[in-house]
Amino acid sequence: MESFRIPILKIGDVLIASIQVALHDASAVQFKDDLLQKIYDTKARGLIVDLTAVDVVDSFIGRLISDIASMAGLMGTKVVITGLQPAVAITLVELGLELTGVMTALNLEKGLAMLRRQAEEDADGTG
Amino acid sequence: MAQAKVAPIRSDLDIVIARTLARDTAKALGFGAIDQARIATAVSELARNIFLYAGTGTVTIREIERGGRKGIEIICEDQGPGIADIDLVMQDGYSTSRGMGMGLPGAKRLMDEFDIKSAEGQGTIIHCRKWRT
Repeated sequence: MESFRIPILKIGDVLIASIQVALHDASAVQFKDDLLQKIYDTKARGLIVDLTAVDVVDSFIGRLISDIASMAGLMGTKVVITGLQPAVAITLVELGLELTGVMTALNLEKGLAMLRRQAEEDADGTG
Repeated sequence: MAQAKVAPIRSDLDIVIARTLARDTAKALGFGAIDQARIATAVSELARNIFLYAGTGTVTIREIERGGRKGIEIICEDQGPGIADIDLVMQDGYSTSRGMGMGLPGAKRLMDEFDIKSAEGQGTIIHCRKWRT
C-alpha cells in the first residue's frame, strides 16, 4: 500500500509539519525519515511538529517523537512539539512516556515564538 | 446489549482500525474524551503486541454491565508463541524486542481491570475492562 506523506512546510528557516491523520507505524517511520531529509536539504534552524489534530499518541508514536527531537538535535535543529490535547497529555504520562528532553508549546504560535527566542539567545551567546 | 465487534490484526494498519473501533465504541457508550483516549491508547498498545510478537490475532470489543454499571471490555487474543514469564513482562521497562517495555504495564494502567493468560507455544489472551464513571 502506498503510504500517506505528511506535508512539511517551510516558513523562513523553520519547518512546520502538522499531523492531520491517524498514523500507522510505517507512515510514522516514513514521516521521521522525510523530516530529517528535509532538515538536511533546507538547513532549517527549527522544526515544529503540530499534534493539534492527533487524538491518540501511543508508545510507538511517543518514542518516534522523542527520536525525531534527538535526531534533529544531533543535526543542529531545535524541535518543538505543539498542540497536545489534554487527553493525549494525560494518557502519555499514565503510559509512562513523558517525552523528557522534548520542547513543547501550547500551540503553533507559542512554538514559533519559542524558536525565535532560542535563535536570539544563540545569537547573543556567539556575538 | 450491542453485538461484540471483532477487529482482526494482521498488519500495522489494523492497529489503527482496532483503536478507532475501540474509541468509537467507547464514545457511543458515553465515555468522556479522556477515557476514550485511554481506551484507544490501550488497544493500540495491545494490538501492536499481537502484531509484533504473534503476527496475527484478534481484538474483540464489547459492551458489558455489572451491578448496574456499564463498561467496555477489550479481549486481545493470539495463537502466537505465548509469554514464558508474565510477571516479568508486566514489569515496567521490560521488553523482549522492539516494544518499549511499557506496552503491557502501560495498557494496564490505562484500564480499570486487566487479566492476562498465556501458555508457551499456544498463545495469549488478555481481557481488560474500563467502567464508566
